[in-house]
Amino acid sequence: MSLAQTIELAMPRCWRVDTKPHKFCPGCGHGLVLKALGYAIDELGIQDRAVFGCDIGCSLLSWDFFNLDTIQTHHGRTTPVITGIKRANPKLIGIAYMGDGGGYAIGSQHLVNAAARDEKITVILVNNTQYGMTGGQMAPTTLPGQKTETTPYGRDPEKTGFPFQGPEMVAAISRAGAYVARGTVANFRQLQRFLKRALENQMAGNGFSFVEVISACPTNWRTNAEETWNMIEHVLPQYFKVGEIKVPGAPAAQEGEKKDG
Amino acid sequence: MPKDKPIEGEKRVFMTGNEVVAWAALAADADIMFGYPITPQNEIMHYWTRLAPKFGRDFLQTEDELSAGFTTLGGVLAGRKAFTATAGPGNTLMQEPMSMAEAMRLPMVAIITQRGGPSTGTVIYSQQEVTMTTLGGNGEGMRIVYSTATHQELFDYTIKAFNAAWKYRFPTFVLGDGYQSKMRESLTIYDPAERGIAIVPPEPYFGKPGVPGVDRPPSQLRNTYNMEEELYEVVEHYLEDYAKVAPEVAEYHAHYVDDADLVVVAHGVVARAALMAVKELREDGYKVGYFRPVTLRPLPEKELREVAGRTKKFLVAESANGQLARLLKEGAYGCTTEMLPLFRPGMGITPEEVIAEAKKILG
Ligand SMILES: Cc1ncc(C[n+]2csc(CCOP(=O)(O)OP(=O)(O)O)c2C)c(N)n1
Ligand code: SF4
Ligand SMILES: [Mg+2]
Repeated sequence: MSLAQTIELAMPRCWRVDTKPHKFCPGCGHGLVLKALGYAIDELGIQDRAVFGCDIGCSLLSWDFFNLDTIQTHHGRTTPVITGIKRANPKLIGIAYMGDGGGYAIGSQHLVNAAARDEKITVILVNNTQYGMTGGQMAPTTLPGQKTETTPYGRDPEKTGFPFQGPEMVAAISRAGAYVARGTVANFRQLQRFLKRALENQMAGNGFSFVEVISACPTNWRTNAEETWNMIEHVLPQYFKVGEIKVPGAPAAQEGEKKDG
Repeated sequence: MPKDKPIEGEKRVFMTGNEVVAWAALAADADIMFGYPITPQNEIMHYWTRLAPKFGRDFLQTEDELSAGFTTLGGVLAGRKAFTATAGPGNTLMQEPMSMAEAMRLPMVAIITQRGGPSTGTVIYSQQEVTMTTLGGNGEGMRIVYSTATHQELFDYTIKAFNAAWKYRFPTFVLGDGYQSKMRESLTIYDPAERGIAIVPPEPYFGKPGVPGVDRPPSQLRNTYNMEEELYEVVEHYLEDYAKVAPEVAEYHAHYVDDADLVVVAHGVVARAALMAVKELREDGYKVGYFRPVTLRPLPEKELREVAGRTKKFLVAESANGQLARLLKEGAYGCTTEMLPLFRPGMGITPEEVIAEAKKILG
């Protein structure tokens, strides 16, 4: 088997082979999330309909990542761009891909309102606890005590708050048809399943779908492989609960819907 | 699916400017409007939301103008004629999506109904959004801006704005103001086909037939570049395109300029006062001319320079502190014409004021 064939087998079919190897740092979580997303798209057979939007942040490096029509937007603005595409052509499957800074800070009003309006799009948000692209500043998700370039002595929750609970917020404000989950790059099969379900939810026209993914930024964390893995597997889940938070048709979600009439 | 024609033949009507814009957008085959409430633009949305469903068109009220602008860009990417309308602080927020439209040559259409500034200012009227609409955002002002003066023009140029946007692929603006928005005026609305105006069809950037990467290359647009040279090459290419189409896009009106000692220059509604003043001054024997750029971007530079070369003085009348004058100075750079100000930031200007100022200058 040639090297090219070997590489091709290791990649989702919807990946663009000619732009690989990808541009993320070694050990970065973004590549894994996009791999899980690629397999989910392959399984659903939606390469002809899926439209991918990436934010400004390290997610921008994915502007030519897939064999999908792709728009690189502005920092925080991927949600409205994908919303506009979906509203204008509902046959397309809209995927908005962003970082925790993009989704929870500068673009939080878009996330909140897209969820509240129940936009039929899928938002995938990579939580690496800081701003990767700009060199490791504090993000809404930064852990208490975590050192970043703008919290050099560690994040003080008294002054700057606690880690943002994104999926929990989205679950609270979205309707019963919404799908909300938090996955992790530490559990690839589960992540792929969550992403597939999120896309299926959009395809079925159920409602908004949102998946946060716990991810790694070894470059700005300044961690070696072992430390990185420890962060992902043991530290971050103490603050961010992994699992499906809202699933259409599940009893809890239906309760909520009845209550708001 | 063929859409019902919103206007059959032509019709004489008496409407507010905001209503005119809604009808013109229908006539131009606009598919979807994204908007956020702000005075004096609101009734564009109000009329659109009443009319749109009758003709299979769509609307979304977004969470802010950033979202209105970026959803408009999404609509365009999906191949629909999408537009928005805003004013003042909303126009400020709108500059971010506008700069992305410039970077990717996306045919976004926006109606700007200028209100007083800075800041929240007034909800009434001004011409203080000229600099922002022509040159705002981080970029090079690769936009088309039509400044309308009458309700008839609001109708004509809203249709033209959609055509220009989709033909040239530069973001395009109809620059109106609160007076035009709220005032009622007589005009003729028409089916563009009856006038021989061909409607430029939209074209999808995304979702064309076939599997991307298999049947066709994926359509991938970016606005970030790694190297100075890469970006420079893209921008140079855009600037070349812009310079090429500029003479074709630029429009102006000129009267009595051949022998004028003084030419009154104005745009938008102020141009109406200017023209009335110039006509009256001519009747009284004053050698006064009139020049009005209809496009503020690109400016009708050649004609401006011709007039500047023939006359000694310009009287620039505008409801801003020299925002038009700055564009004129750049456009007429090197000409020795004196530029005298009649600047009333955020205030209307009457023909009487122009006449008085002209007489003072001419002695
Ligand atoms: C309007 C605006 N403000 C600031 C920036 C600078 N900026 C670029 S990426 C980024 C942060 C990215 O962090 P995140 O969204 O968490 O993505 P990550 O790089 O961590 O994946 C910032 C602040 C920008 N591009 N645009
Ligand atoms: S800086 Fe961090 S998030 Fe960005 S590519 Fe490198 S490892 Fe990934
Ligand atoms: Mg981040």
